Amino acid sequence: MIFWIITILTLVTAAQLMRASSLSRKISNKKEEDISDASNNWNAFGFALFTIAMFGSIVFMLVKYGNGLLPESASEHGQQIDFLFNLNWIIVFAVFFLVNGVLFIFAIKYRGKKGQKAFYFAHDNRLEMIWTVIPAAALAVIIILGLRTWNDITSAPSDSTKVVELFGEQFSWTARYSGEDNKLGYADYKLINGKNPLGVVTPESMVLGIAEMDKTIDKLYSRLQSDSAGTVMFSEAKVHEMNSRMEKFIRIKERIIKMQNHYTADKLVVANDDFYTKSELHLVVGQEYQFVFRSKDVMHSAYFPHFRAQMNVVPGQRTKFKFKPIITSKDMRVSRENPDFNYILLCNKICGESHSNMKMIVVVETQEEFDAWKKENTKTAIVQK
Amino acid sequence: MSAHANAHHKESFITKYIFSQDHKMIGKQFLITAIFMAIVGVFLSVLFRVQLGWPGESNSFLNMFLGDTWAPEGIMHRGMYLGLVTIHGTIMVFFVLTGGLSGTFSNLLIPMQIGARDMASGFLNMLSYWMFLLSSVLMIYSLFLETGPANAGWTIYPPLSVFEEGISGSGMGMTMWLLSMTVFVASSLIGSLNYIVTVLNLRTKGMKMTRMPLTIWAFFVTAIIGVLSFPVLVSAVVLMLMDRLLGTSFFISDVIVGGEMMEQSGGSPILFEHLFWFLGHPEVYIILLPALGLTSEIVSTNARKPIFGYRAMIGSILAIAFLSFIVWGHHMFITGMNPFLGGVFVFTTLLIAIPSAVKVFNYITTLWKGNLRFTPAMLFSIGLVSAFITGGITGVILADSALDIQVHDTMFVVAHFHVVMGMSAILGMFAGVYHWFPKMYGRMMNTKLGFIHFWITLVSAYGVFLPMHFVGIGGAPRRYYDYSVYESFDGEQFEMIMDLNVIISIFAIVGAIGQIIFLYNFFYSIKNGQKSEQNPWKSNTLEWTTPVEHIHGNWPGDLPIVHRWPYDYSKPGADEDFIMQNVPLKDGEEEH
Repeated sequence: MIFWIITILTLVTAAQLMRASSLSRKISNKKEEDISDASNNWNAFGFALFTIAMFGSIVFMLVKYGNGLLPESASEHGQQIDFLFNLNWIIVFAVFFLVNGVLFIFAIKYRGKKGQKAFYFAHDNRLEMIWTVIPAAALAVIIILGLRTWNDITSAPSDSTKVVELFGEQFSWTARYSGEDNKLGYADYKLINGKNPLGVVTPESMVLGIAEMDKTIDKLYSRLQSDSAGTVMFSEAKVHEMNSRMEKFIRIKERIIKMQNHYTADKLVVANDDFYTKSELHLVVGQEYQFVFRSKDVMHSAYFPHFRAQMNVVPGQRTKFKFKPIITSKDMRVSRENPDFNYILLCNKICGESHSNMKMIVVVETQEEFDAWKKENTKTAIVQK
Repeated sequence: MSAHANAHHKESFITKYIFSQDHKMIGKQFLITAIFMAIVGVFLSVLFRVQLGWPGESNSFLNMFLGDTWAPEGIMHRGMYLGLVTIHGTIMVFFVLTGGLSGTFSNLLIPMQIGARDMASGFLNMLSYWMFLLSSVLMIYSLFLETGPANAGWTIYPPLSVFEEGISGSGMGMTMWLLSMTVFVASSLIGSLNYIVTVLNLRTKGMKMTRMPLTIWAFFVTAIIGVLSFPVLVSAVVLMLMDRLLGTSFFISDVIVGGEMMEQSGGSPILFEHLFWFLGHPEVYIILLPALGLTSEIVSTNARKPIFGYRAMIGSILAIAFLSFIVWGHHMFITGMNPFLGGVFVFTTLLIAIPSAVKVFNYITTLWKGNLRFTPAMLFSIGLVSAFITGGITGVILADSALDIQVHDTMFVVAHFHVVMGMSAILGMFAGVYHWFPKMYGRMMNTKLGFIHFWITLVSAYGVFLPMHFVGIGGAPRRYYDYSVYESFDGEQFEMIMDLNVIISIFAIVGAIGQIIFLYNFFYSIKNGQKSEQNPWKSNTLEWTTPVEHIHGNWPGDLPIVHRWPYDYSKPGADEDFIMQNVPLKDGEEEH
């Protein structure tokens, strides 16, 4: 209702304004294209007001919200990013205020007046050179500093780095720790089922995978049989679909059987000490982590705003990102003066209807606290017999 | 040529208004269609801004437009929210700012400003419009599907866009999206080829490439970019259709979606991203360059000064066009691409800031010591330059891969590209409409309403997008139905996001309502506006030498002959402050 009222009111206002201005135009015998000095002055005044309001609102928001109220970076490389950010902000804000300012000042100052003539000034190579070289020099600085930080962040992890896998699916995260050997056990999507949610490859899980396939195939087969027995009636399309699904699962089963030959004993043992959790991601402060990302279904993006870290999670391939948390959750709660504050892992690539609910609390703590938590809250990643 | 000019066929209503092959009529058809699409696109954004500003609150407004299926009890359905975001993006990027902007003004202005009777192929031109209309209808139609429109984001990344088990819009909705876009690209290609051929072959005597108005340069280069990049999108779309319908695995590998194990293996979603952004980034300049071209002409005319650095402006357009093809990887810094390759894209991307900066400084110098006449078109053009500055510099942050890690896919990106290409191009498009309305309809739009429209638009556009930067810097992801997740870990930040979102939504609604003033002014003036003179803005270019009433072939007699560049404003020694392009040089007068 309000919608219609506002729409109609705006239309009526526009119509009345139109009538009034056409009338006054007729009375004063002026044409639409004649722009009077008074009108130029009004619009110049508008630019002046607008410039003040825009600059003012930027300063206001800068003071009030700063860097979006994010606390200081809780990771080592993040502090480098923050430094680079601040440096870039200085350049960005300087250019923003300066160039917008000059634009609006010129617009105000050189507003048209009767009898004034514009200055014929078509080109000047020296000026062009100046504003090619200055931005180029500024950009060179930005590029060099940026790439140095980028290379640091993406450099190879050190030997003491712990490997943790983050597994994304609609709409939750699972963390798998690599255990004593610091190696993640192999995983394959074909082995994913209720008992093996991460599809970890072990001799038992392959047997289980084949059994699960058999179960699905049998189910489809018996449904098709019930059709030919005359108890149920499926449409031709449905029969075709069930047949092709059955064939698909038979092919997948064959691929699992081949996998059994492919994985040698030494490849299978690495999974033995892996453990995982779906509840919270716990990290030890001061320990560098190499995260390996894997997706079950669609693309996700693992986004840790407090650690200035992000990496896409792409089905069919592994992506990696490393960082070292340096501030514990407890310390951050104290400095934020907020006992409920938590680090978070969000999904930042549209992944379905509940995309905005896909999260995992991240806790940074000491080694002792981590060990205590691990005992209570994680499960072994291998399939139990 | 003159034989053609005298052949005034008797035209029926259908050949004149519907299946017209006249470039002026086709331009107007593009504009009207684009205005309709813009109304839809902006309205969709109002709907999801209501959700973002007041999440979870029952709103009869939502229920009125989305019905009980998509807004039961006035609360928006999550899938529909994503659908609105997706279709808003698609409509605004392709249908309004590509088809609408380039389609309208390339068609209207190319023949008239280079002194041609019509486009090289009138028939292809007509075909281009009708395919555009067909694709628009398909896209609108997809909003009414039972399973909802495509809702995997306008970038339609697989696998989400491939499996309807993943999200309901990836069923029929995505099929319609792909169909519509295929037809759209065909339309765009036909149009672009026509523009290129026309500019190369049909320039009138004396119209050297270096005497062409910057509008024509912009349209010409835009068309070349389009021809080189749009086919890549079609290839991505066709491969995706095969993944969806035939079970191929170009983009799909090892997935279990909605509980169903798929057997596709070996494909890569990243391949799709490469193909998509190989169009997607040049697309930004397909949108932006025509707006900058229009603005160059309008700023020069209304500053009563030659555009500063004509050749540098052409050089910048060419440099931007070239660079636009080698920067697409900056959309993919965090897809796990090789960090060295990422570094290369950082370098090329930041290079593009140089020609952009040159353009901005040239605009500003054109204003310097001018005699600025604030017509609505001029105001919108100054608005464009401001938006181009504001949006351009935040691009420096995003192009820096190390910083992109933090702000990638957040509302900061949304704010950035809305300012730099959305706002700039829309302001440029408005400028073009106000400036060339007399050429299109032989009448003037109301100036006062134009002023009001401009101020509402500028203030509300900045009101929407400046605060949005802060939401994004705080790490608020885009395409979130609501930000309630923040409540669970940082209440303070949650409050900031909510406060700013309310402000943004209010400005968005005010801005949208303000466009009613424009619509009224536009449609009322078509019939009732003050009759226009031949050259109301005292402009130099050739379109203002054509009669006010449209005729086939544009000029009643011979084609005009061009003697000078288009920017002889306030030239010393001249009687008036403008000299049209078809006026011969005086004795001893230098060209420029």
